Amino acid sequence: MRLGELVTAGVLAVLSIYMMWKSTELDIGYISGEGPGGGAWPFWLSAIMLICTVMIFYKGVRRLSPPSQSDEPVLDAEGRKMLLQVFGGIFVFVALVGIFSMYVAMGMFLFYYLWFLGRHTLRLSLTLTVVTPVIFFFFFEALMRITLPKGMEFMEPIYNYLNTIIY
Amino acid sequence: MEILALLTSGLLEALEPLNLLLIVIGVTLGLFIGAMPGLGSVNGVAILLPITFLVPPASAIIFLAAIYYGAMYGGAISSITLGIPGASTAVATTFDGRPLAMKGRASLALVTAAIASFVGGTVSIILFTAFAPMLASVALSFGNPEIFALMLLAFATFVGLGGDDIPKTILSICLGLVFAAVGFDEISGEPRLVFFGIPGFLHGINFLVLAIGVYGIGEMLWTIDTTRGKITTTEAKMSVKGVFADAKEGITQGWRGTSIGSFLGFFVGILPAAGATPGSLMSYGVAKLTSRDPGSYGKGNPDGVAAPEAANNSASTGSMLPMLTLGIPGSPTTAILLGGMVIWGLTPGPRLFTDEPAFVWGLIGSFYVSNFFALVINLSFIPLFIWMLRMPFTILAPMIFVLSIVGGYAATNDMHDVWLMIAFGLGAFFLRKFDYPLAPAVLAIVLGPIAEPTLRQSLLLSSGDPSIFFTRPIAGPITVIAIILILLPLFGMIRDRVRRREKPAT
Amino acid sequence: MSITKRTFIALAGATALTATFANSAAAFEPTKPIDFVIMAGAGGGADQIARFIQSVAEKKKLTVRPLVPNNKGGGSGAEALIALKGASDPDHTILVTLNSFFTTPLRQENLGIDVTTFTPVAMMGVDPFVLWVHKDSGITDFDQWVAKVKEGGYVMGGTGKGQEDSLVITWLEQNFDLDIKYIPYKGGGAVAKDLAGQQIMASVNNPAETKGFYASGDVVPLLAFSDERMPAFPDVPTVKELGKDFSYYNQRAVVGAPGMSDDAAKYYQDLFQTIYDTEEWQGYMESESLSPLWMNPEEQKEYWNTQIENHKELLAKMGE
Repeated sequence: MRLGELVTAGVLAVLSIYMMWKSTELDIGYISGEGPGGGAWPFWLSAIMLICTVMIFYKGVRRLSPPSQSDEPVLDAEGRKMLLQVFGGIFVFVALVGIFSMYVAMGMFLFYYLWFLGRHTLRLSLTLTVVTPVIFFFFFEALMRITLPKGMEFMEPIYNYLNTIIY
Repeated sequence: MEILALLTSGLLEALEPLNLLLIVIGVTLGLFIGAMPGLGSVNGVAILLPITFLVPPASAIIFLAAIYYGAMYGGAISSITLGIPGASTAVATTFDGRPLAMKGRASLALVTAAIASFVGGTVSIILFTAFAPMLASVALSFGNPEIFALMLLAFATFVGLGGDDIPKTILSICLGLVFAAVGFDEISGEPRLVFFGIPGFLHGINFLVLAIGVYGIGEMLWTIDTTRGKITTTEAKMSVKGVFADAKEGITQGWRGTSIGSFLGFFVGILPAAGATPGSLMSYGVAKLTSRDPGSYGKGNPDGVAAPEAANNSASTGSMLPMLTLGIPGSPTTAILLGGMVIWGLTPGPRLFTDEPAFVWGLIGSFYVSNFFALVINLSFIPLFIWMLRMPFTILAPMIFVLSIVGGYAATNDMHDVWLMIAFGLGAFFLRKFDYPLAPAVLAIVLGPIAEPTLRQSLLLSSGDPSIFFTRPIAGPITVIAIILILLPLFGMIRDRVRRREKPAT
Repeated sequence: MSITKRTFIALAGATALTATFANSAAAFEPTKPIDFVIMAGAGGGADQIARFIQSVAEKKKLTVRPLVPNNKGGGSGAEALIALKGASDPDHTILVTLNSFFTTPLRQENLGIDVTTFTPVAMMGVDPFVLWVHKDSGITDFDQWVAKVKEGGYVMGGTGKGQEDSLVITWLEQNFDLDIKYIPYKGGGAVAKDLAGQQIMASVNNPAETKGFYASGDVVPLLAFSDERMPAFPDVPTVKELGKDFSYYNQRAVVGAPGMSDDAAKYYQDLFQTIYDTEEWQGYMESESLSPLWMNPEEQKEYWNTQIENHKELLAKMGE
């Protein structure tokens, strides 16, 4: 955990420096007669962040914070597997939205999670896989008039057909 | 007396069969819209606006107000059951609502939230009825320095909220404030902090993207990791007897928070720039500060659910006040309602009360009726939400992920924000592992977009002289109180440290 | 490979099918919800107009697929322009604009947006600017106002720097030799509220934004930036009457995405012509003090070019 604590502080420090640098695109000083410039707010707050990361790092080195005193690994083998399976699944889900549309991608994710990760029966998995997107479709498209992504062009005829039903 | 006569006619109008039906439908619909993470009263009201052409204007606004009310109640549901604040107004509800749910007391949290909402709503409607025109001038006297002072106060009430690790808490606050500045600087008219030149950052980082990322994805990953996915989230139980027992417990433990929230929420809510979110946050903070047992907050104290819930309902009625009397919306939802009134040919503004009494009092009457129905309908749906919570975790978890992704998209209609949201989720998962408190970041991203412009507009007004925050009659006292509140815990810390040093010496 | 009768028929059928598709494409009809992008956040003037238009279309059942409002106000409208430029389906993407349609691409050149590539649809009207003061200031005409400003320390509010309000106020400063402290706000509604609460001394709001306060007598109009006196304020002189050749309006126009097909453009032009002619829209223009400025698509393109030149000049004068 101690190494993780130090690495996290380091990553946050890099983020702070990046945001400080990005803020300098606008005036970061105090313009006389006008108050702070457009970049001042994010710049100085990022600077405070940077100071905080230094303090966190120092406490980590001196083993003053609880995570740096712990010898547990940040992620054990099972944790890594979980992260890969669950977060990986979410990541693929979002990637598929652009290709197969939100509704189809949603179904694929549900099936993956329920059947493969959750080890539910095929019947239950399939039912939820089909029913959920259908409910979402009618709730969002027909009732709420919110259009969710429809994927690439080859999906278009399907949705154009569905549109003739709901409108 | 005249007010009472007008109110009676308003109530009678709200109780007409068509209007009553619209209220029941509106509240139910609003409840579900509010309970969906990512969708809030704004969506409900905006989307249903054109449909209201089918009914007369008075019925139309009654319908929309019912949706608004329902959504305000509904926001608490996802905060408590899923741990995801569905709207910024419900952030503070997660602080104690979620721990209660994890302890198996989800029904207590839901019932307390419903009752507190009802009380908050009722108190604010009474204040509204009695003092509307007078309060309008109070709202006008709040300029930028006053609003900034108020934001400072909101932060001050939250200083004690973070974890024990001070650098991590400060870092979290600053991160939220910097994220709030992303996008576009209205004052210099320049794009700002457009990370890596990605155009998706031009519209800034929406509060919901961070909140759903942190709570819907990060927190879920953390739960799966720590429990190895072997649990059902809660052992929530519910019976008919339970509702009354919970109601009793909620009232005895939450009355203090409810009363604080009802009044504070209303007064913050009527200020056009502030609205319901700072109102609910401040009420939570004040309830905690003035409590005899502040340590129990954040661990599942019903008072911590009651205070923000009473406040956000109270404030949403309050934010109707500047809309009706000044034509100035206090929240995005009231902005859309305002548009609706223009569509129906009404001119919101100082003359609305005298020119269109039937409309105004019909609306106020509908507040009373909607509020009552919202309570009844909400309570009757609680068993359904409890049932959902008792689903096996391997069914609930993917559903929450799906809701999060869809909600993240619906918030801004941009896939960029969905990617950003899952990145925040992954980041939050690791930060959570290293004890970084993330609630301060979520609060900061809500308050930052109000605090920064008002700070700079005030300084422009004073030619860069910061004494403007101390010399104005309303801003001055608020600023002083806020600064004292911020410094108090610091003094406490220094005192503790001095004592600790003295001890080994003696 | 042998061509059987069956494949031949299938092939013929497919050709026929494409032919019908081509035919139906000639008379464009939307097949999916129309992405109705708004160049401003929820609640502003442009948003109100967009939602009004949407309601009229809905009420009269003018479209077979709904117009779905989509607020993209980020970066002073840059977000909306980018969304239109990169629209995956230009035939179903339209935009409600204001003057940031001209100023944002000029001020943020790195966006690489050329608005002349957009498809003209309809000019729904223009929103004139008016100079307002609070009634307690005691000022009743423009000369008194100029005298008051010259005393120094005068504070005005308006929308963000480089946007409409700041251009008008800069023009006032330069043409009447004034020195005004300018405070940028997020939107016109907030400016109007702070004028009514006397947090600022004057503003150049559109009439729709100050309507309620004008009706109650809290704010007083001094000068109109329209070409002719406005019917709603017959006693308020125009800038032209002061002998300066200047007028300034916020455009309330609908444009289509670049690359929209001609058939689709024709469809939307007809649709918005129908909306424009409705009683509802005409009534709305009157109650919100919009001026009519109907133009055909070619005239709109022409108008864009002159506006781009005008705004280049105004921005240059501002030193931006």
